[in-house]
Amino acid sequence: MSHFLTPLFAPGFFASNAVALAAGVGAIVAIVTGVVGVFTVMRGQAFAGEAFGDIGTTGGSGAFLLGVGPLWGFVVGNLIAASAMEMIGIQRPRGRDLATGIVLGAAIGLAALFLYLDSTQRSTTGATVTILFGSVFAISSSTLPLIIALSLLALALVLLIYRPLLLSSVSAEVAAARGIPVRLIGACYLIALALATALAAITIGAILSTALLIGPAASALRLFKRPFHAMLAAGAIGVAAMWLGIVLAYDSFLWPPAGRGWPVSFFVVTLLFTIYLLSGLPGLARRRRSER
Amino acid sequence: MFSGFMVNAWTVASIVAVVAGIVGFFTVLRGSAFAAHAIPNGSFAGAAGASLVGVSTLLGLGVFSLAGALTIGLLGRRGRQDVATALALVLMLGLGALFLSLSVQYAPEVYSLLFGEVLGIAANEVAPTAILGLICVCALAILYRPLMLSSVLPEVGEAHGVSSFLMDMLFLTVLALATAMTVPVVGTLLIFSLMIGAPAAARSLTDRPLVAMALSVLIALLIVWIAIAASYTTNYPVGFFVGSGAAVSYTLGRIWSSWRGT
Repeated sequence: MSHFLTPLFAPGFFASNAVALAAGVGAIVAIVTGVVGVFTVMRGQAFAGEAFGDIGTTGGSGAFLLGVGPLWGFVVGNLIAASAMEMIGIQRPRGRDLATGIVLGAAIGLAALFLYLDSTQRSTTGATVTILFGSVFAISSSTLPLIIALSLLALALVLLIYRPLLLSSVSAEVAAARGIPVRLIGACYLIALALATALAAITIGAILSTALLIGPAASALRLFKRPFHAMLAAGAIGVAAMWLGIVLAYDSFLWPPAGRGWPVSFFVVTLLFTIYLLSGLPGLARRRRSER
Repeated sequence: MFSGFMVNAWTVASIVAVVAGIVGFFTVLRGSAFAAHAIPNGSFAGAAGASLVGVSTLLGLGVFSLAGALTIGLLGRRGRQDVATALALVLMLGLGALFLSLSVQYAPEVYSLLFGEVLGIAANEVAPTAILGLICVCALAILYRPLMLSSVLPEVGEAHGVSSFLMDMLFLTVLALATAMTVPVVGTLLIFSLMIGAPAAARSLTDRPLVAMALSVLIALLIVWIAIAASYTTNYPVGFFVGSGAAVSYTLGRIWSSWRGT
């Protein structure tokens, strides 16, 4: 254990404050995206979830251009994108991919323009890479209360519509027959997804936002039949992967090429991918047994 | 606007538009928009890796887009396709982040790979693009009938001995090939927007597949030509005009079809 702690407390790049902050924010984001992600996977909206992570770039670069805080850019950008997707027709399974794709394409186009204007007017080129890849260690503690509040809002929204959302995710026809406003529920859910991914993208980057949204939820749904158990498991898997990733990233400062450290996102993504592959094994074994 | 280095830009962009129009028609038909976004987006990690070990960018892009396509196809067989695509994408991007952090001098090139440098295309890039494009189009021409059948009616296709898994893998391979050829010249954005926007607009204009494919190529060409001309005169990035052009053409197509429907 002291092997892990040596680089952690060494007089180096990061103070231990940053570690605690990264671990705390990472855990909050992992729990929210884990819960929201279970519905994302059940509803087959992984593309939308991924797209929101990228669309955050547009909002972020637009906010940078206007001189507003990037958090508001991410949130507002994603909410606009969510309404555009809803208008084009994300509620129909057949038009879903297309609606997401068209909005995403237009948003990346706008991002290209914003980033171009940013770099010509403010002479900063690092913004692109920071926004796309994010950095857990670049979170400023002043925006933290706001991030936590918005995370709780997204979580509360999902829990508020939990039962109708669950039913309409499993079978839209049955839900409609029972008098549930399926489209309204879908729109509410899309807002929660947009919020959760905006917060995840700005705190830990677009890659990890998608990874934590889809990876833990997909693994948990393979292991647990009941959605509520899957949500708990998804949150736990997300937090575990996030924390282990942070520890490994610190550890990697001793790895070649020494002194530069490997990115957290690489470790978390690899861990989540491995967990997803392993989570398929029980089902595979069950199928083998039943075939015999 | 039509002299010197611009000739290369016009030629390559036109080739890309034709390929994107044709490949994109099947992408929209099969509902593979996510894969069409994920493969180019993830393959840039290959370019980062290639620069790290010092091999050609095209090789890195090719290897990663092919590996990504096969991962999506194989994982999607046992699980949900969109989950498989998302996980393959983040795995590739995670590797890309690792490669970028291990090499120091790469950062500015990432920007051009993401958004493309269609106006800075060198003369020696024209021939490889044309050859790879031709391969993509030929492959789709050979696969046309079984691919069409398995895209529209997968069950009927299976009954006629057309494996949907095989078709999926073959189509994803063509998609990867198209990606490898276009990403270094036009960026991940341009190809994705063209592949979705143009065919979706074309499909709302007509129901006949071959006509829709021809229309899709035509719309893609129009978008690209307008984008280059606008980018040349305003100096704004070409990706912005392609992205908004694709969205506008899709919206117009939707308006046209709903107006005709009533």
